[in-house]
Amino acid sequence: MPAEHFPVLLAVVPLVAAPLIVVARSGFLGWAIAFAVAAATAAMSASLLARVTVEGTISYAIGSWPPPWGIEYRVDAANALVALLVSAMALVAMPYARRSVTAEIGQERQYLFYALLMLCLSGLLGIALTGDAFNLFVFLEISSLATYVLIALGRDRRALTAAYQYLILGTTGATLYIIGVGMLYLATGTLNFADMAARLDGVADTRPLVVGLAFITAGIGLKLALFPLHAWLPNAYTYAPSVVSAFLAATATKVSLYVLMRVYFSVFGADAVFRDLPIGPVLAVLSVAALFVASAAAIVQKDLKRLLAFSSVGQIGYITLGISLGSATGLAAAMAHVVNHGITKGALFLLAGAMALRLGGTGFDRLAGLGRTMPVAAFAFVLGGLSLIGVPGTAGFASKWALVAAAMGAGQWWIVAAVLLSSLLAVAYVWRFVECAYFREPPAGAPSPGEAPWEMTAPALAMTAAVVALGLHATPVLDAATRAAAALMGAGR
Amino acid sequence: MTNGGLALAALCIPFAGIALVLLARRKPDLREAATFATAAMLFFVVVSLAPAVLAGERPSATLFEMLPGLQVALVVEPLGWLFAAVASTLWVVSTAYSIGYLRGNGEENQTRFFVCFAGAIGAAIGIAFAGNLLTLFLFYELLTLVTYPLVTHHGTDEARRAGRVYLGVLLGTSVVFLLPAIIATWVLAGTLDFRTGGILGGRVDATAAAILLALFMFGIGKAALMPFHRWLPAAMVAPTPVSALLHAVAVVKAGVFCVVKVIVYVFGTDALAALGGAGWLTAVAAFTLVAASAVALRADNLKRRLAYSTVSQLAYVTMAASLLTPAAIMGAALHLVAHAFGKITLFFAAGSIYTAAHKTEVSQLDGIGRAMPWTMGAFAIGALSMIGLPPLAGFVSKWFILTGAMATRDWLAVGALAASTLLNAAYFLPIVWRAFFLPAPERDGHGHEAPAPMVIAQALTAAACVALFLFPGLAIAFARALIGG
Amino acid sequence: MSFLGHFSYWATVFVMMTGLYIVISRGNLVKKLVGLGIFQTSVYLLYVAPGKLIGGTAAIVTPGITLYSNPLPHVLILTAIVVGVATLALGLALVVRIREAYGTVDEDELLAADAKDD
Repeated sequence: MPAEHFPVLLAVVPLVAAPLIVVARSGFLGWAIAFAVAAATAAMSASLLARVTVEGTISYAIGSWPPPWGIEYRVDAANALVALLVSAMALVAMPYARRSVTAEIGQERQYLFYALLMLCLSGLLGIALTGDAFNLFVFLEISSLATYVLIALGRDRRALTAAYQYLILGTTGATLYIIGVGMLYLATGTLNFADMAARLDGVADTRPLVVGLAFITAGIGLKLALFPLHAWLPNAYTYAPSVVSAFLAATATKVSLYVLMRVYFSVFGADAVFRDLPIGPVLAVLSVAALFVASAAAIVQKDLKRLLAFSSVGQIGYITLGISLGSATGLAAAMAHVVNHGITKGALFLLAGAMALRLGGTGFDRLAGLGRTMPVAAFAFVLGGLSLIGVPGTAGFASKWALVAAAMGAGQWWIVAAVLLSSLLAVAYVWRFVECAYFREPPAGAPSPGEAPWEMTAPALAMTAAVVALGLHATPVLDAATRAAAALMGAGR
Repeated sequence: MTNGGLALAALCIPFAGIALVLLARRKPDLREAATFATAAMLFFVVVSLAPAVLAGERPSATLFEMLPGLQVALVVEPLGWLFAAVASTLWVVSTAYSIGYLRGNGEENQTRFFVCFAGAIGAAIGIAFAGNLLTLFLFYELLTLVTYPLVTHHGTDEARRAGRVYLGVLLGTSVVFLLPAIIATWVLAGTLDFRTGGILGGRVDATAAAILLALFMFGIGKAALMPFHRWLPAAMVAPTPVSALLHAVAVVKAGVFCVVKVIVYVFGTDALAALGGAGWLTAVAAFTLVAASAVALRADNLKRRLAYSTVSQLAYVTMAASLLTPAAIMGAALHLVAHAFGKITLFFAAGSIYTAAHKTEVSQLDGIGRAMPWTMGAFAIGALSMIGLPPLAGFVSKWFILTGAMATRDWLAVGALAASTLLNAAYFLPIVWRAFFLPAPERDGHGHEAPAPMVIAQALTAAACVALFLFPGLAIAFARALIGG
Repeated sequence: MSFLGHFSYWATVFVMMTGLYIVISRGNLVKKLVGLGIFQTSVYLLYVAPGKLIGGTAAIVTPGITLYSNPLPHVLILTAIVVGVATLALGLALVVRIREAYGTVDEDELLAADAKDD
């Protein structure tokens, strides 16, 4: 019965696909294999999510070694949701990738691109599904190493320095994480999250454990671009190939956010982290700083992809803000924003990639008059931008609603004010695009009106449609997020 | 079709109209015919709902669950019907006017204009028939966004700047004040449905109620309560039909409609009175009313004068609602209707003058009444209705508001009403006087009357101002149904 | 006693800080990678040292022996070393490409070159 093995297959199938693609040495075959794998992982994640919704947590023992001795893959409503987000984004990106990659990456290197994308997918899914702290580190490095190369494949030479910078900071982050895990391992003698949680019960505030938690927070904070540890992100997203920007923006930081939630709420427990330690206020202050500083920085960028990257740092602030509340409602809001912002940013980066293909770049001087040259893409981008602002009827509104309601429930009025006021900054940076696209004349030498190829436009529009659909009917996501929060808070306790 | 289905149809018709207009975008005549057909259909659907609503039925339809426990739902109640009726009636009239205006002035992007126009009406219907605060908020924001391209229609730097003010104030107030007010209501009351008698009664203390009321009132930026009124004059860069239908009717009326709706159905007039009332709101509205009139007095640009007159007239509605007495609430509802017909007549006239004679300033209008008798006649009727003289619609609504103010012995409100009536007269009558009794300048005459569709449109709305005075029964019946009488 | 008793931790912290300092302070991209390698090495020490019990032997069940060292940290660190090598190799490959594209591996000069690109 293969369905039993879905938890491990999700990570293994793309992992095996990568060397297959390298052996095939063909851009087209690589793409076809990657497409098939992405579809398979999406289907498996969907089936897993459906299963855990009905049956509850699924524990999978690799090689039948029972936990906590063997490595356990533990699927619950939280990581099944994250896995679905990751694999669905990979699936949407695949039809888009063919044309976009052909335009941006040399023919002889395309198969390597797809192999790396599979490694990255495998790593991200592995991080999401594993219940073992060290296994998580390994997958973190698999996905990171693949990511560094994917970023370096960008056309601009600054992609290389961006990849190098990310390599240094990403490795530092992963090392800090593994130091923290080492502390926990020394104190508890286990690497299994669920087992660790049981052993930490009641003693989580002893010093080695607190230090371990601090190391993990700093390490994962680097990977998820928690302000002010976000320095790697803007360049990486700006100069990476379009598909990579879209895929990473929608998934990479989100998976790291999930890890932070897992460690805080499942391993240590909300009480230990937020009642006994001052992590809540610290995280809240950093998040609010992200909302304002990164969003303000987004307003003055000269390049659309860079604007989106800074906006991501700000939007991650909403998610960490939800975590910082330390409550089930706050966590649910954070989880909802993981999904909603992932979809929104994925759509926006796909659209930016379509613009880059037609216009040769995404600098604002090239985008002038876009409302006339690429009306469909420009309009879809505005819709996605509205979701960043949190206008009702878009996905961003639903999670913002949940976040504000959670902050009100906790009596944190300053957080309510910060969330709402920072939305105005989002209005400013989204309207920067609107005014550029609709109020300026196309530059001399602009291509004649027309959209990007349909293989690229269609996935981008499908994502945009999802943004609107999940805004008008947000219940599925919010319910799933609530279940995820319950799973995170209940697991192992 | 059930009445709930009709309400849903009313919401869908304008959006279907968008599709038709887009399909016919290459053939202007067909496109305008599509707009007309949609407008006419909407009008009939809204009218067909009237008997049921008057009979006490509340046709409702639920679309889908937007947030857990919160549906996008439509409920047609008397005030909403009145607003929808005003918007749909005037859409028909102003479509005729728009065609004359856009073609007369050779405007560009006419398809976008009609698309956004239909979208704005759709959003207005959504606001009118919203069954809960969330639905209201959804369409409220939609209305802001869909009117933005209309405000910035000309695409000039001036339009872009005005667009920033427009969007900044409307989105800003709604996100920073209105949204937290709605979420807080949800947290406190556990429901966002509009219910007779309110949903907050007994769930909040006086302080919380006052804070919530302030968040709601300033959050509804479309009601243009000072100091959040700047978007309204800024929006005057739009083509005149936009100013006429949207910034005299749909958008601003959506604002005061929300104000009345929140006071009546969220707080509940009695509950709010028990919680200490809304005295400060009366004061702010009274100040807005007089201050805006004073600014209008000094404005030379005709549209700017009309814009500030609108700010002041909107404050009438807010002030009336804040008095919390049945007569005043009825007055608020009636003023919503009366002002709509009066102000659209005035804007139509301003647009006609611009189209036919290319005049925008009040000081240029000497003697224009002889060249454009129909236009200036309509203008005079609209102006007199604004002042509140019989036999015109403005008299009816002001009568009710004044009755309400007298009933509570609220001398501040009575004084503000009196002062603003004088100011209204002071800034409108000189225009009429100049147009008809001053000699036209020697060298450039004023040419001729505006194109026929425009003249017909303004004649119709002017006639409606008179009709509303002579036959106010229907409107009063709906206003009475609103207060449950 | 306390200092000597925690000797392996002091060594770990020293190596860790040395590595991190090099990463932060050096402008040469290769040297940064060296620092990163040293930083990662400290982790190996952190894991391996506590796994060894004085007097303990390898974890192979043998009659007469009761004290075993924990083998798991060693296994983990084997993995970590592989990861570290891969990272270093990739980092050096990137430096080669950067050198090809920019003609320098000095951070300040790279920043200056990027600033000129804008």
